[in-house]
Amino acid sequence: MIHWQVIIPLFVFLIIIFAIGFWANKQVRNSSSFLQEYFLGGREMGGFLLAMTMMATYGSASSFIGGPGVSYNLGLGWVLLAMAQLPAGYFVLMILGKKFAIISRRYEAITLIDFLKKRYDSNIVVFISAISIIVFLFASMTAQWVGGARLIESLTGLNYTVALLIFAVTVLVYVVIGGFRAVALTDALQGTIMIIGTIVLLIGTILAGGGIDNIMGSLLKENPQMLSPFGSDGSLTPLYVSTFWILIGLGVIGLPQIAVRAMSYKDSKSLHRAILIGTFGIGTIMFGMHLIGVLARPVTPGIEIADKVMPTLTLEVLPPVLAGIVLAAPMAAIMSTVNALLMLVSSTVVKDVYLNFINPQATDKQIKNRSFWVTTIIGLAVVLFSLNPPELLIMLNLFAFGGLESAFLWAVVFGLYWSKANKYGAISSMVVGLVMYIAIYRLAPNVFGMHTVTLPIIASLITFVLVSLGTQSKSSYNPTKF
Amino acid sequence: MKDARFKIANREALIGVALVIINFAIWFGFAYGLGEGDPKEYDFIWGFPAWFFYSCIAGTIFMIILIWIAIKVLFKDVSFHDEEDKA
Repeated sequence: MIHWQVIIPLFVFLIIIFAIGFWANKQVRNSSSFLQEYFLGGREMGGFLLAMTMMATYGSASSFIGGPGVSYNLGLGWVLLAMAQLPAGYFVLMILGKKFAIISRRYEAITLIDFLKKRYDSNIVVFISAISIIVFLFASMTAQWVGGARLIESLTGLNYTVALLIFAVTVLVYVVIGGFRAVALTDALQGTIMIIGTIVLLIGTILAGGGIDNIMGSLLKENPQMLSPFGSDGSLTPLYVSTFWILIGLGVIGLPQIAVRAMSYKDSKSLHRAILIGTFGIGTIMFGMHLIGVLARPVTPGIEIADKVMPTLTLEVLPPVLAGIVLAAPMAAIMSTVNALLMLVSSTVVKDVYLNFINPQATDKQIKNRSFWVTTIIGLAVVLFSLNPPELLIMLNLFAFGGLESAFLWAVVFGLYWSKANKYGAISSMVVGLVMYIAIYRLAPNVFGMHTVTLPIIASLITFVLVSLGTQSKSSYNPTKF
Repeated sequence: MKDARFKIANREALIGVALVIINFAIWFGFAYGLGEGDPKEYDFIWGFPAWFFYSCIAGTIFMIILIWIAIKVLFKDVSFHDEEDKA
């Protein structure tokens, strides 16, 4: 079944995004510093752009599709858990904040790895970082890509392969030609759609359910535990839910795709505005979308596949054109995450691997050429993997999340704020964090009733401090006075 | 030489930590303080269970206002360029 009312707004949306890509390409061609322009947009972002690109990069398929699906089954407890993401709006920017902006300019860092390399003066740090970014974010990109294609498939009635190709071509074209500037500008559009879509769908769902009182009444009748903070099956313990603060709130500092944005803005004012706008945006989306999942239960009962809750609900409760606009929101969320990841993996390969290890003397022309090609090839490789889609979308996504956080969180935070942090501390904490995360994930997920990420983060913190202190005599290298 | 801008940056990072602690306390306190017990005996505010209203709705709005005040009152403008730069 083909829904034209959905296809037309999506189509308009894609055209605007293409136009932004071509406009940004002009800036790339006119820029005097290709690397800084292509991978950081010339460090010119204002407050609104910064907030939107942070929020849109962070908000992904799981916020719009997976998350509401879980809320549908677990109830208000899952909305409570989702609200642990509020700090992602202000905490990250306050911690990285001005210090990261000043130091990354001083080091002339284009990527997060650039910063780590100059701070710790260690090729091993660069190597571990590059490998973990490429592996984890490739996996995460594939998951998002599959999500995007499945969404187009279910909305338009096209088959999976065609849907995947449409999605891939759109993203690849504007990212490859426009670079970071195109990514940030389209993020602003996509972020706006995400916020508006959330608000419209929330209102539509409340109206369709006959008001909050009515909906809560039906939920109470069906299963009173839907209204408790512990989840419909009692599985959401306070300890478990609290440890999500580490995964989706605080640890977000360690996500390279987020951290790199904290070096791309213009001035203090932009930062201040971005913190407010970003917190408001993330609060609205996370609260709205997850609450929508709960409210959907009495409105459209009996949906078996969790990922179908949001699209089904939208088509059910909203008039055709509005439904089209709202369904552009998860599209936007997926695209804006994928484009950031693509840009980041590409910058890692070009700047951190190629320029670092393979050809440090590359000319501007070579760099330009390689950047376009690397971005294209990575994009196509993701498409290839997505043809044979892996199953658990949220799981894959969270795997990448936790792995990167375990690796990077302390190296970044201590690198900025602790003058005794040295390369031995950084290397050992990255290895401990990564190995422990993967081991716990495979062997005993959510051990002791805490989210998998908790212990690796604590262990890598302790390792970092002890090893740094123990090796002060060997290396107290620190290029920046604190 | 100590960079005066780093002192400001460090202070603002600490403010971030303080805000997160307040955020967590509100979120946790209301959710599990009021959410214990039988949902059939919950108080409701605007149709929502009271724990949910305070923890997720009022708490979030309160945090946004608090962040706004913190930025207006405590955060300072600094230049990101080192002095020897042309800017």
